[in-house]
Amino acid sequence: MINMTLALQLVVFGLFWWFAQKYVWVPIMAALEERKKGIADSLSAAERAKTDQQDAQKNADKLITKAKDQAAEIVAKAEKRGSAVVDEAKDTAKAEGGRILTAAQAEVDQETNRAREALRGEIASLAAAGASKILAKEIDATTHAKLIDDLVGEIKAG
Amino acid sequence: MASETETQTAGEYIRHHLTNLTYGQHSDGSWGLAHSAEEAAEMGFYAIHVDTMVFSIVTGVAFLWLFSRVARNMVTGVPGKMQNAIEAVIDFIDDTVNGSFSGNNPLIAPLALTVFVWILLMNTMDLVPIDFLPWLASMVGVHYLKVVPTTDPNATFALALGVFGLMLYYSVKNKGVLGFLGELTLHPFEGKTLLAKIIFFMPNLILESVSLISKPLSHSLRLFGNMYAGEVIFILIALLYASTTTELASLDGIMWSLAGGLLQMVWAIFHILIITLQAFIFMVLTVVYMDMAHSTDH
Repeated sequence: MINMTLALQLVVFGLFWWFAQKYVWVPIMAALEERKKGIADSLSAAERAKTDQQDAQKNADKLITKAKDQAAEIVAKAEKRGSAVVDEAKDTAKAEGGRILTAAQAEVDQETNRAREALRGEIASLAAAGASKILAKEIDATTHAKLIDDLVGEIKAG
Repeated sequence: MASETETQTAGEYIRHHLTNLTYGQHSDGSWGLAHSAEEAAEMGFYAIHVDTMVFSIVTGVAFLWLFSRVARNMVTGVPGKMQNAIEAVIDFIDDTVNGSFSGNNPLIAPLALTVFVWILLMNTMDLVPIDFLPWLASMVGVHYLKVVPTTDPNATFALALGVFGLMLYYSVKNKGVLGFLGELTLHPFEGKTLLAKIIFFMPNLILESVSLISKPLSHSLRLFGNMYAGEVIFILIALLYASTTTELASLDGIMWSLAGGLLQMVWAIFHILIITLQAFIFMVLTVVYMDMAHSTDH
């Protein structure tokens, strides 16, 4: 029963063992190990991403509150500035109005004075003419010039 | 063989099925295939069981081809169906080795894998209908064929002796020659003094030698015995309808054939358990022996 087959089977067994080790066991184990590592890596990456996301959320919240505060501040400032501008404009307008009014008043006064002056001169010459007509002979223009001037001055003053 | 049943008695049929296709030297000095069981027996030690060699190499190459093909195309991401199946086998072997083997030797797990899958496939040849492959072979002029390599003690002894050789090699390598000899002579009776040690030397050596020699013997004979017995039962069931083929057309013949077919199926289903169990036992014992060879404390 036992013959050379046994020896040949031993050789075949050894060859199969060697082949299984080199071309089956080692590559499969390497791949399984790599997968194990990959899974561990992705799990830790997911964990890291989660904490990163939480941090980012926190940061974003902070930024949003800050931005809201700033916006409120800016709005308040703008409102203040707006009312200031309106007040200023009101003041300027008021001052300008006053100025125009005074200028107009001054002009009116001036015109009035000028008209009065003109009227007075007119009345004086009219009075002088009337008086000279009444006192044509006795009044010599040269001798009585002083008298006439006084009269004119009186009218003017009056 | 079914076609020759008219000329074969039941005894001849059984003997025919249990004879290997043997290549060796004839009594007249020429080399060639044996044409009868007697011729095969006369060939002596320098003969080869061609069927054992062919079927063991075919199953072994099938195993290595399939596994190495998957190993070459391993995907570290989501694996395919075939890769999943192979990975399940690898995981199973790895778990078994990690559970029973405490040493640190990366060659032991591939050894266990080779032993398990190879024996499993060789045993599975038992499930091929008993007369099918011999019938095909008879078509091309080959008149003896034993398709299950593990029913040939040459194959099981080669495996067991290979494991035994590795066990001796690793024992000496890990414990030294003296450590190994000490294991053989200082147990199981432990002497405290030198005199006691000398007295217990021979009994210890005898007991330990018996237990050492019994390891490869029981290792190989367990596998061989189970598979041989299973094969014989398949042959005996086949006789149920093989002996009635001359009257196949009769009601009796049909009933016997149906009964035989049913019995073959039942035994084959039960045999699936034995096939797997024997491969597993052989693998576990291999790992255990390797563990013994690597552990330095007895």
